[in-house]
Amino acid sequence: MDLSVLWFLLLAVLWTGYLVLEGFDFGVGMLLKPFARNENERRMLLRTVGPIWDGNEVWLLTAGGATFAAFPEWYATMFSGFYLALLLILVALIVRICAFEWRQKIDDPIWRNRWDWAHTFGAWIPSVLWGVAFANLVQGMQIEIIDGNHQLTGGFFSLITPFTLLGGVTTAALFLTHGAVFLALKTDGEVRVRAGLLAQRLSIGSLLVAAVWAVWAQLAFSSNVFSWVPLVIAALSLVGVVIAARARREGWAFALNAVAIAAAVALIFSIMYPNVMPSSLNPDWSLTIAGASSSKATLQVMSVIALVMVPIVLAYQGWTLWVFRARLTGAQIGSATGLHPFRERSFENVDR
Amino acid sequence: MEALDLARWQFGIITVYHFILVPLTIGLAPLVAIMHTLWVRTGSERWLKMTKFFGKLLLINFALGVATGIVQEFQFGMNWSEYSRFVGDIFGAPLAIEALVAFFLESTFLGLWIFGWDRLPKKVHLACIWLVAFGTTASAYFILAANSWMQHPVGAVFNPETGRAELDGVQGIFAVLTNSTLLAAFPHTIATSWLVAGTFVAGISGWWIVRSVKAGRTEEARLTWRPAAYIGLVAMVIAGIAVIGTGDAQGKLMYEQQPSKMAAAEAQCESTEAAPFSLLTIGDLSNNCDSSTRLLSVPGLTSFLGTGHFSGPESFLPGVNDLQSEAQARFADQFGPDQDYTPNLMVTYWSFRLMIGLGVFSAVLALAGLWLLRKGRVTDSVWFSRLCLLALPMPFLAASFGWIFTEMGRQPWVVAPNPANPVDNVYLLTQQGVSTVVPAWSVLTSMVIFTLLYAALGAVWFFLLRRYVREGIEPEVPTSEQLPGQPEPTLSFAY
Ligand code: HDD
Ligand code: HEM
Ligand code: HEM
Repeated sequence: MDLSVLWFLLLAVLWTGYLVLEGFDFGVGMLLKPFARNENERRMLLRTVGPIWDGNEVWLLTAGGATFAAFPEWYATMFSGFYLALLLILVALIVRICAFEWRQKIDDPIWRNRWDWAHTFGAWIPSVLWGVAFANLVQGMQIEIIDGNHQLTGGFFSLITPFTLLGGVTTAALFLTHGAVFLALKTDGEVRVRAGLLAQRLSIGSLLVAAVWAVWAQLAFSSNVFSWVPLVIAALSLVGVVIAARARREGWAFALNAVAIAAAVALIFSIMYPNVMPSSLNPDWSLTIAGASSSKATLQVMSVIALVMVPIVLAYQGWTLWVFRARLTGAQIGSATGLHPFRERSFENVDR
Repeated sequence: MEALDLARWQFGIITVYHFILVPLTIGLAPLVAIMHTLWVRTGSERWLKMTKFFGKLLLINFALGVATGIVQEFQFGMNWSEYSRFVGDIFGAPLAIEALVAFFLESTFLGLWIFGWDRLPKKVHLACIWLVAFGTTASAYFILAANSWMQHPVGAVFNPETGRAELDGVQGIFAVLTNSTLLAAFPHTIATSWLVAGTFVAGISGWWIVRSVKAGRTEEARLTWRPAAYIGLVAMVIAGIAVIGTGDAQGKLMYEQQPSKMAAAEAQCESTEAAPFSLLTIGDLSNNCDSSTRLLSVPGLTSFLGTGHFSGPESFLPGVNDLQSEAQARFADQFGPDQDYTPNLMVTYWSFRLMIGLGVFSAVLALAGLWLLRKGRVTDSVWFSRLCLLALPMPFLAASFGWIFTEMGRQPWVVAPNPANPVDNVYLLTQQGVSTVVPAWSVLTSMVIFTLLYAALGAVWFFLLRRYVREGIEPEVPTSEQLPGQPEPTLSFAY
């Protein structure tokens, strides 16, 4: 197989890693405000993803870096063309990180509440926008060739169409379900029951939107019968999620939802193939795998590194999940809080 | 303003900001790991307290370091897409390796360290923080490999068909990862980071020594804060020496690889032997040699920095004017006869001096601190406490000026031509690198948003650090009040 095609597949793998793992972080984040009823529950939600969200996010950085190295033209064309959308995503990711790490540092309800809103924003925006972005890669964009280079000239609003918006709704729905299922899997007691009920309802919703979007994508934009395969797998897994959620089989529901997300990525990449950024203006202007790829030497170097490092990373990330496998209960959260915003404990002691 | 200028300002603002947080993380992670090791080894309660105290400060800082780092990863594509097309083949590889080798390691094991206090065996838990420290240092190596390649491209060939720089065969990556510029810049940057973090630990502990002595908690000052201050001071002295040594090595390389940067650093207009190092020069802001006057200088020192000789023919250093005409002659076909090849003299001159001055000042302070705290002494001197606070920002500033110097001194190039390899066409002017499809108003929008967001988050970062520093450590309480096995409320890391 051609190395550049291998890297096209590897990128699909990296994006799958990102969307499957960060998907439940986003889902939990989106549920933070509507689902949790009190401070103890909010902290429980955050605690379920606390030890792992940062490692999950690095899958995005790896996908970004790997695109830069293996497909510089793709990296350059896509990120300059998606400028404002990417700006929004970055802002959201930034405030979400700070909300995770800083929320608990100060013991003040107003402080915490502000960070929870920041977190909500930081989880919803990327969940929708990643879907919009991938839908654009399926649908095609205003790509032109200027001075021999591919350029996306449409600007922000050319990226918004009914199809791409539905793509955004689809990813948000998938992640919401993923988050609810994850919560049911990682908690115990009342929260587990409620999360399970929520997952039952959400899974039906995400099955419906995802099915509409996927069939639309296949019929309108695919020139390729093989993309029916991931489509069918995605649909079957989503049906499986609905059944498993009803049966309270949380482990199964979670695994099947992960498979559905992976199959959705496979569907997107198989519709794109052999392009990486299809042009809606003129098929000859599409940026192809071959046209975007870097030199053979770079691809060889990157292949060796990825084939050595990805299994190692998977091993220690898997071990981390194992270490934190226990279900959380409300009692475990305890009352530990951060510092009072102004009153210094030691200082009182000093004055005494 | 044009998109180019805005993109440059944006890059400068965002990157300098990232690098305020970065050296503290790189230096503090191993210092916390050392404290944690001392606790595991000795079982002494005070090291546990110090580990948690500085560990929390590390976490507050780490969060913003990660948040601003994510922008870095994408902004090459956003604002510098033509640059990315030109260099991606070579430049992307270290970035991807950095994520795979370093970022996964630091973020995964940091999570394990934060939440693993009661879940992991003691030694495994200790290994986690060491892996974090290793990850941060490794990330510096790979990102500096990318940056050093822009200062001194190696392992690359120009492909006239695609118009891009490409890796020179598989062994090209080894050239990139063993670039002489990298081998000098990496130790210099790591030493800088240790200086930053050493100062942070020593300054904060020193301030607490005075505070606790005054409050009558002399035992706390003697048994807990003084040893911590000592670790910081020793780190500062070692790092200070290393910074000077590696800086000198960089100066010598720079003279070979980017002579106009060295000449600009000295605002040295004419080529000369025995070039002096001026301590103070006045002039106007126009980038014009003739308008500056030197007031104070050390004979031959610049020549020594660049060549290892104070005087004689070996000490010859080329001046700005000669280098400018040389470059104009060489690149006239491509960039026209009027292109300016001289970096901004004012900025390079002053940033170079501030870097050295502020950094060396910190190292001197460390010696003073070691003297004041010698043989188990503690002090309640207000002066000492003020000095500790004054010392805190100095190495941060020195490090920022170091980068401003390195990057501004490279202008007008974004990929500087390698003088030893003049035919290979692997060079790019900064103005050629900017994205062409992104209109100025978009860049302005993102610059305004990032600047405001960073300012707000910076204020929170400062507030949190200050608040946690002032809280100090759990004062000793009579044992009857302590419930065994109960986690201390504010000392817990987790959320
Ligand atoms: C000399 C060191 C150094 C330099 C020059 C840079 N960084 Fe950095 N970066 C680090 C050292 C570092 C670090 C120590 O590894 C950080 C800082 C705080 C942290 O949490 O990790 C980090 C964080 C960090 C992250 C988040 C990683 C995570 O999620 O764990 C990204 C994506 C980048 N950086 C990317 C960049 C890019 C693209 C740079 C170039 C423009 C850059 N950094 C300059
Ligand atoms: C973290 C430490 C760094 C700091 C503080 C820093 C600072 C700066 C500054 C101040 C500029 C603006 C120069 C000018 O516009 O005249 C600049 C430019 C640039 N730097 Fe760095 N830099 C750092 C690291 C890096 C690294 C690691 C890379 C690449 C891997 C890099 C790539 C660039 C590029 C592409 C430019 C060109 C844009 C421009 O000229 O403004 N920098 N940097
Ligand atoms: C006698 C002392 C020093 C000398 C001779 C020196 C020399 C240099 C030189 C020549 C460079 C530019 C390298 C290049 O452009 O390729 C540089 C960069 C830099 N310096 Fe220094 N330096 C000294 C002290 C310091 C101190 C005290 C700090 C910070 C605390 C510092 C931080 C930096 C940083 C962050 C850079 C940019 C990163 C890099 O290129 O490695 N330097 N230094």
